[in-house]
Amino acid sequence: MSTTIAVVLMLAVVAYAVFGGADFGAGFWDLIAGGPERGSRPRLVIERAIGPVWEANHVWLIFIFVVLWTAFPEAYASITLTLWVPLAIAALGIVLRGASFAFRKVVVSLRYRRVFGGGFACSSVLVPYCMGAIVGGIASGEVPAGGEAGDPVDSWINPTSVVSGVLAIAVIAYLSAVYLVWDARHQGDADMVEYFRRRAAVAAVVVGAISVVGLFVLHADASHVFDGLKSRALALVVATVLCGAGALLLLVRGAPRGARLLAMLAVASLVASWGAAQWPYLLPESLTVSDAAAPSGTLQAVLVAVVLAVVIVLPGFMLLYVLHQRDLLPEEGVEEADDRAPDRLSS
Amino acid sequence: MSATLNELVAIADADPVPWARGQMAFTLAFHIILVPLGVSWAAMTLIANYRAIRHDDRDALLLAQRWSKYMAVTFAVGAVTGTVLSFEFGLLWPKFMGQWGEAFGVPFAFEGLFFFTEAIFLAIYIFGWRRLKPWAHFWTGVPIVLAGIFGSASVVAANAWMNSPSGFTLNSNGDVVDVDPVDVIFNDAMPLQATHMILAAYVVGGFLVASVYAMGMLRGRHDRYHRIGFTIAFSVAAIATPIQMGVGDALARWVYDNQPAKFAAIEMVPETKSDVPETLLGHLNEDGTVSGGIPIPGLASWLSDPSSGTSTTVQGLDSFPADERPTTRQVNVVHLAWDVMVGLGTLLFLLSVWYAVSWIFRRRMPASKWFLRAAACSGVLAVITMEAGWVVTEVGRQPWIVYHHMKVEDAATANTGIWIMTIAVVVIYLALGVTTILVLRGMSRRFRRSGGFTDHDTPYGPSAPPPEDSAAEPEEVVR
Repeated sequence: MSTTIAVVLMLAVVAYAVFGGADFGAGFWDLIAGGPERGSRPRLVIERAIGPVWEANHVWLIFIFVVLWTAFPEAYASITLTLWVPLAIAALGIVLRGASFAFRKVVVSLRYRRVFGGGFACSSVLVPYCMGAIVGGIASGEVPAGGEAGDPVDSWINPTSVVSGVLAIAVIAYLSAVYLVWDARHQGDADMVEYFRRRAAVAAVVVGAISVVGLFVLHADASHVFDGLKSRALALVVATVLCGAGALLLLVRGAPRGARLLAMLAVASLVASWGAAQWPYLLPESLTVSDAAAPSGTLQAVLVAVVLAVVIVLPGFMLLYVLHQRDLLPEEGVEEADDRAPDRLSS
Repeated sequence: MSATLNELVAIADADPVPWARGQMAFTLAFHIILVPLGVSWAAMTLIANYRAIRHDDRDALLLAQRWSKYMAVTFAVGAVTGTVLSFEFGLLWPKFMGQWGEAFGVPFAFEGLFFFTEAIFLAIYIFGWRRLKPWAHFWTGVPIVLAGIFGSASVVAANAWMNSPSGFTLNSNGDVVDVDPVDVIFNDAMPLQATHMILAAYVVGGFLVASVYAMGMLRGRHDRYHRIGFTIAFSVAAIATPIQMGVGDALARWVYDNQPAKFAAIEMVPETKSDVPETLLGHLNEDGTVSGGIPIPGLASWLSDPSSGTSTTVQGLDSFPADERPTTRQVNVVHLAWDVMVGLGTLLFLLSVWYAVSWIFRRRMPASKWFLRAAACSGVLAVITMEAGWVVTEVGRQPWIVYHHMKVEDAATANTGIWIMTIAVVVIYLALGVTTILVLRGMSRRFRRSGGFTDHDTPYGPSAPPPEDSAAEPEEVVR
C-alpha cells in the first residue's frame, strides 16, 4: 500500500508542477515584461489567464505536505529539519506572492499595482528555485533518515540543487509561455500570441540545455538517481524528450493547442522520471518508501481521502476549468474611467 | 569588540523552543482572524444572494456581489497564511511530526480535501456573477459554506487530538505502530471543540461584518443597503452567540472531567477542595496563594457539576507534579484569557438580546445610537474573545503538545537559526495585515464612488436593467 501512496504523492507533485508551476511561470514573464508601458499588454494577458484558477492550483502543495507528513512522517521530519532554509524562504515567498497577486487585482493606482506586481513577480521566481533546490537536495542524498538533520547549508547549496533550482525556473517559464500562447489567442490578441510563442520556443531550448547539463551533474553528484534515469525511468525520460521536441515543433508551426498538451506531458514525465529514478527510495540511499511508511490504518485513511478527492474535488476542478475555458468566469476588473482615479489607500 | 561578537554568536544560537513557540502562536493568532471570514462570510453572502434573487432585491444583490469580492481578498490571505502553517509544522515541530504525524496528520488529509473544494467553488462563485444563471450561480456558493464547516471541523479535530490523543497503539519504544483513523478524527474532545470553533466562526464573522455597517450608519449612511448588510450579519451573530454559550459551558465541563490541570488553571485553583469560588481576575503567586480578584463563593464548584452543587470537588494545581502542569505564569495567562473570553462573550450575548428584543417587540433593529456604537465595537470584541478562548485551550495544555505523551520542549526543532525566520514572519505578517485592511478600505471607497452596479459588472447578464435609483450612498457619488 505504501507504493500506492508514493504514486499518489508523485501525482500530486506532477499536478503541482503542471498546474501550479504554470502560475509561477506567469510571474516570471510578468517580471521580465519590462516597464509599465511596454509590459502592460503581456501583463494583462497573464492576469486574465491565471485569475480564477490560481487559488485552486495552490492547494496541490498543501496536499503534498499533508500526504508526506501523514504517510511518511519520518521523511517529512528529516526533510524539514535539513532543508529548513529553502523551505522557510519558499513559505515566505508564497505569502508574498499570493497576497501581492490578490491585492494587485483590486487596487487600481499604478504605483500600488507596481509594488504588488513586483512582489508577485519576484516571489514567483524565488519559490520555484527553492522548490527545485529542495528536490535537488533530496535527489543527491543530502537528507538523512530517522528524523535527523543533515547539513543545513550543503543540503541545498550543492551542484544538483543549483541545477534543479534553475531547471525549475526554466520549466515553469516554458510551460507558462506555452499556456499563455493559447490564452492570448483565446483573448484574441494576435501580437501577444506571437510574443509568447517566441518566448516559449526560447524557453524550450533553454530547458533542454539545462537538462543536458543536469545529466552531467547528476552523474557526478547523485549517482543513484542518474542510474535510475538510465534504467527504471528510461521510458519516462524518452517520453520527456519526445513530447518536448513535439511541443517545440508544434509551437514553431503555430499549433498552440497540441503544443499545450505535449508541453504538459513533457513536464509531467520530466517530474515523474525524477520520482521513478529515485525508486525504491523516498530519500535516496537512506530511507526507502516502505520503511518510511506510516502504519496501515493511516495509509488507508489517506487513500480514502484521495478517493473522496477524486469523487468530490475532481468534478469541481473540471467544472472550474470548463467554465473558465468557456469564458463564463470573466474578469471583473475595474475598467471605468472614474475608477481609474488614484486610490487614496493611505489617506 | 570580541565581546560584542560573542554576544552576536550567542544570539544567533538562540534556544529554538521559545522562538518556535512564539512564531507558531503569532502565525496562528493571525490566521485565526481570517478563518471566521472564510467560514461564515460565504453563508452571509448566500443569504443576501438568496434574498436578491427571490425578492428581486437590488440592494441585497449589490451587497452579495461586493461581499464576495472582499471575500476573495480575505480568502487569498487566509490561504497563504494557512499554507505557511503547513510549512511550520515541519520547520518548527519536526520531532512532533516525525513521531505523531501518522496519527495527528490524518484529519489534515480530509481538511485538504475540503479546502480544495472551498477554493474551487469560491473561484467559480466570485467570477461567475456575470455569465452564470442566477440560481445556478447561487448553488455554486453552497459548497463553499459546507466545505468551510467540514474543513474547520477537520482542523479542530487535529487540535482536539492533541488535547485528547486516541486511536493509536505504541510499541515499547514509544513509536506509533498502529493507527485507527476514525478514533483519531473523532477523538473525545473533537465534537465539542469543533462545534465551539465553527460557532465562533459565525459569531466573529457576523459581528465583524456587522460592525463595519454599524460604523457606516454612525456616519450617517442610513440607506437600505447599509441596513440590510447590518441585519444579515448581526442576525447571524446574534443567533450563534447564545448557542455558543451553551456549547462553551459543555466544553468547560468536558475539560473539568478530562483535563483537570487545565481546568485548575482556568479557575485558578491552587489546592484540591470543594466549594471553590469563581475568582474574577486576580493573580496566582509563586507560593500558591491567590491575591486580588473578586471571588464568587462556590460558583466554580457549582458550574463544574450542578448536580452536586457547591460540594463538587475541583482538583487543584498541587495535585499534579510541577513539570506536568502549566507554570504559574501560564496559569495567570490562562485565567486572564478565560475571564476575557467569558466576560466579552457575555457582553456580546447581552447585545444580541437587545437586538432580539427589539425585533420581537418593535419589528426593527434598535434605533438607539448606543446600540450602534456597541455594535460598531462588537467585531473587534468578538475577535478578542475568540483569541482569548484559543489562548485558554493552547496555554492551558502546557507543557504538553500531545497531552500526557509528548512535551512541547521535546517536539521543537533543534535549528538554532529559527529566530531569523520568526522575525521575518512577524515583519511580513504585520505588513500583510496592514495592507489587507488598507486594500479592503480602498475597495470599499471605490465601491462607494461608483454607486451601484457599473456596466461591466452587473450580475446575471446584460439583460438585467440598470439600477434606477441606487441606494448605495448616492450622496457619496456626488462627493
